[in-house]
Amino acid sequence: MAQVTCVVCEGQVTLPEGAMEGEILLCADCGTELELVSLDPLTVEEAPQVQEDWGE
Amino acid sequence: MLRILFTRLRQEEKLLVEAARRLDIEVSLEDVKDRVWGGSAPEEDVFLCRCIGHGQNLALARHLEGRGRRVVNPAAVMELCGDKLATTAALEAASIPQPAYRLALSEEGALAAVEEIGYPAVLKPVTGSWGRLLAKVNDREAAEAVVEHKSHLGAHHQIFYVQQYIEKSGSDVRAFIVGGEPICAIRRESGHWITNTARGGKACAQPVEGELDAVLRRVHRAIGGDFLAVDLFGTDGGWLVNEVNDGAEFRNSIAPTGVDIPAAVVRHCAGLGRLRSR
Repeated sequence: MAQVTCVVCEGQVTLPEGAMEGEILLCADCGTELELVSLDPLTVEEAPQVQEDWGE
Repeated sequence: MLRILFTRLRQEEKLLVEAARRLDIEVSLEDVKDRVWGGSAPEEDVFLCRCIGHGQNLALARHLEGRGRRVVNPAAVMELCGDKLATTAALEAASIPQPAYRLALSEEGALAAVEEIGYPAVLKPVTGSWGRLLAKVNDREAAEAVVEHKSHLGAHHQIFYVQQYIEKSGSDVRAFIVGGEPICAIRRESGHWITNTARGGKACAQPVEGELDAVLRRVHRAIGGDFLAVDLFGTDGGWLVNEVNDGAEFRNSIAPTGVDIPAAVVRHCAGLGRLRSR
């Protein structure tokens, strides 16, 4: 199972099966939401904060 | 081709693309955050706009429709659903039952509106989702505090939408409409007065029949659209329509209902012609 390093706390975050670019991952160590911005090479960034008009 | 556009990939977008592939519908899942719009696209493409920001989703829909492309949901439907007051006005014009409400444009007006509605009352931002910034006020002191706080939150919050609080015995209903057909519904239960499943509300199946089916069809006639999620309260006097969502999240509604909601959506999209009116 592929893993990526959290950009905030350097904890290891496991990618779910079939992970796609744009997907949000949660770092279990520090709780940061990470956006998977590239699968090759595996790269994550801090996900944008929720905006006022986000949702359904 | 069915082009599913997103800015933040949720479970829903993954389920939609998986359903399309399962049904052998030509599909493309596209992160559009950093894209420049204005180029060409094949006329037969259908765009399923799933951007998480309502304003961005609407902007994209308007642009694509201006180019003659078919967008799900149409921009006009996004506009109605993205503004609770616009939704309310459309429902009211169609004589569809909904909780009593008042509109006010000042702090003084908002307090008078709450007093008219009676306690408890619910103050809602006219835009927003996931139950964000909803406030149930149980007395005058709470109303004064919430209204004062809202007065510091910017222009959107100077439109005061005050709604009657509906006692719902801990549950309310969310129903899904695809292509004008009510396809399934869940009953949401929560110990909290906000029952949104995005905030931990639990879901179980709610049969769509009789009066509920009829109300949902009336909602679709009033709002239009390809894919809607309608929130309703069941009361002794019948169903009241609370909200209508144009960018529905449905991950928690598939298992309880046994209905493949993403498959219904992509099948509908695949059958759309270009620029059919709502």
